[in-house]
Amino acid sequence: MISNRLERCIYHNVMLFLAFMATVFTVFIVVFIIGYVLIRAIPHVSWELLSTKPSYINETIGLLPDILNTVYIVFATLVFVLPLGVGAAVYLSEYAKNIKVKRTIEYAIESLAGIPSIIYGLVGMLIFCQYMSLKTSLLAGALTLTIMNLPTIIRTTQESLDSVPISYREGAFGLGANKWYTIRTVVLPCCIDGIVTGCILAVGRMLGESAALLFTAGFAHKLNGFIDALSSSGSTMTVALYVYAKEQGRFDVAFVIAAIMLLMSLMINYTAGYLSKRIQRKRLVK
Amino acid sequence: MNSLISVRNFNLYYGDNHALHNINMDIMEHEITALIGPSGCGKSTFLRCLNRMNDLIENVRLDGSIVYKGQELVNSKVNVSALRKSVGMVFQKPNPFAMSIYDNIAYGPRIHGVKNRSALDEIVESSLKKAAIFDEVKDRLKSSALGLSGGQQQRLCIARALAVEPEVLLMDEPTSALDPISTGKIEELTCELKKKYSIVIVTHNMQQALRISDKTAFFLLGDLVEMDSTDNIFTKPKDKRCEDYVTGRFG
Amino acid sequence: MKNRIQQDFTDILAKGIFTFLGYLNIVFVVVICFYLIISGIPAIFKVGFTDFIFGTRWASTAQDRAFGILPFILTSVYGTFGALLIGLPLGFFTSVYLAKFANKKVKSFVESTVDLLAGIPSVVFGFIGMLVLVPSIQYVFDLPDGSSLLAAILVLSIMILPSIIKVSIGAIQSVPYEYELGSLALGANRVETVYKVLVPAARRGISIAVVLGVGRAIGEAMAVMMVAGNVANMPGIFESVRFLTTAVASEMSYSSGLQREALFSIALVLFIFIMAINAVLNLVMKKRGKTK
Repeated sequence: MISNRLERCIYHNVMLFLAFMATVFTVFIVVFIIGYVLIRAIPHVSWELLSTKPSYINETIGLLPDILNTVYIVFATLVFVLPLGVGAAVYLSEYAKNIKVKRTIEYAIESLAGIPSIIYGLVGMLIFCQYMSLKTSLLAGALTLTIMNLPTIIRTTQESLDSVPISYREGAFGLGANKWYTIRTVVLPCCIDGIVTGCILAVGRMLGESAALLFTAGFAHKLNGFIDALSSSGSTMTVALYVYAKEQGRFDVAFVIAAIMLLMSLMINYTAGYLSKRIQRKRLVK
Repeated sequence: MNSLISVRNFNLYYGDNHALHNINMDIMEHEITALIGPSGCGKSTFLRCLNRMNDLIENVRLDGSIVYKGQELVNSKVNVSALRKSVGMVFQKPNPFAMSIYDNIAYGPRIHGVKNRSALDEIVESSLKKAAIFDEVKDRLKSSALGLSGGQQQRLCIARALAVEPEVLLMDEPTSALDPISTGKIEELTCELKKKYSIVIVTHNMQQALRISDKTAFFLLGDLVEMDSTDNIFTKPKDKRCEDYVTGRFG
Repeated sequence: MKNRIQQDFTDILAKGIFTFLGYLNIVFVVVICFYLIISGIPAIFKVGFTDFIFGTRWASTAQDRAFGILPFILTSVYGTFGALLIGLPLGFFTSVYLAKFANKKVKSFVESTVDLLAGIPSVVFGFIGMLVLVPSIQYVFDLPDGSSLLAAILVLSIMILPSIIKVSIGAIQSVPYEYELGSLALGANRVETVYKVLVPAARRGISIAVVLGVGRAIGEAMAVMMVAGNVANMPGIFESVRFLTTAVASEMSYSSGLQREALFSIALVLFIFIMAINAVLNLVMKKRGKTK
């Protein structure tokens, strides 16, 4: 009996200790990554670096083209992915009657979510760059990212569509409104928060993406306007990080980009968290 | 017969809320004691104090004394694990673990240090027999306990509680989630079990209290209004409120 | 009257458009499969199926060319398995702590750091791995070069942590509270209750976490490319290796002819792996739906 008590005591302490240490270690990894990047990046941050383009003559590096390319590609992708994603979600939540069709489409969406980005890069290159002859361009990159991010948008939109009470719809139908009118004026406005959350999560994924863009958007550092940029090759921040770190050995620049990426991801997490809290509060009120 | 658990001047507070007032009670060996009263009167909370399950609730303060076999339970450094082994509990909702029937029963003994395979086999068989469910499940001891019906699950939970050889069994509305037939079986089983165990049962069902219990305690708004033999409580209650309740005038 | 007709027309049009957008997702999957198959099949036939899948030598640009991708397949399998070997216990114990032992403040703090980890781009992982892990491995094990399968495994194991932790926490927390009460009432302490009752009850959710982790690890390209050394060796823990993903990524930009076709075949093999994992995931999820 004494030995059983001792055994249980040991089990208790060992298992609790393991769980605690694992947590400490996980937190340590994150803190280490952030701390390491920030400490190595801060000495190299300068307005010069962020606001100019690279110059071979002066042998300077500037990140402005990469920053702009990132903004362009995120914007272009959102323009494509929003109608496609929200539309598909509306179909699944509001129109699809046949359960088999619905399941098949949902399985397709899950499959899209599971495909690794390198395969998207490859297929994007085949379809957009070669078959549709867009060449290596931001537009080809944006189209690739569009398909990649469809599942995120569809899922979050569908979730918020499903949380709109049926009584809202019945109310509108009861007044003689047809289905599309009801969806447009009653259902969708209730889902804005959900759709915005989906967009933010998708933007996070786009910012972090690199493998899919390497062969579709390319890695030029040219400074372009929006329209020109779409039709020409350009590297986003993450691709630039890869190129500077791996191929050019410019770790200082790579650290600055990494630090910017970390800050962006911090902001995105914070905003998405804030929004989803707001959505929950709204649902409670209902 | 001896008093097994004696409760003296027992008070319980949730934060500022004085939930149980000055309870005095003796729970006898080999009897079934029923705790009755309207919802929220504190009877389930009181039940939980008898095996220190109240430890799980935050912001609870106790005073007074509950003595079980010479051990003070209130605010003391009692060995909770040994106490709960000796004072078992069955809950409102059947809660078999997501494992096989065998492992469900063997769970308690294993925790308390029984490792020998044949000893475990024996415990499992005898516990299932005591809970009158052995014949129904003997061919599928290795299959999941979640596949059983609600009534079977509850009897399995009773068997699981018996497997650690308790002396007292606390039952918190054990039949409220069950159909009448399963309820009948559990009641029958409970009457059988009192030969070897002392039982405290919380119930909302007055008929049930009348059918199975020896003593009945009536709780109202945190007070123990009256406690007497079940016959007396139901035929000649002394307190007006108690009479109103058992005759169905409120509650 | 005219207004009414117009309205009905927009209603039908809207329905048509939404239906199209819904089916479009199937089209995307089919097109992706189609392109991968038609561009991936030729090289497999030209090289020969067994020579391609089981060949141990990959030399796409040498005089004496060989297109055997067994090294890549094995590296991907070992790398994923290794990442799971480290990432799963770490993630599992962390999720147990967060789900059941940590107080509210600690929990929300650690959860937000895990979210942050999930949001870090893979190139950043690769970059830090390249500057911190690779030199450390080189130093500790006294190797000529630290870029190795080990470095890739370590990076991957950290990258799969967030999905393992999040899904496992959800699984453990969704176990009914009655289970906990039942176990405590039998005299078990909290730790015993968590590990012996709650975790077994959550095992299906945890297995979903494992499958998700496998999917993420096997599909990762950039981070691995920066730390694994990129030489087409048969896998060894200190060997410089190439994964299925990095085999595609590292040669694509300058490939041509049969070499390029072979890269598409590698992508096809990777795709088949991923689809198999998705199918397993779907199966596990469905099973879970049934028992609940």
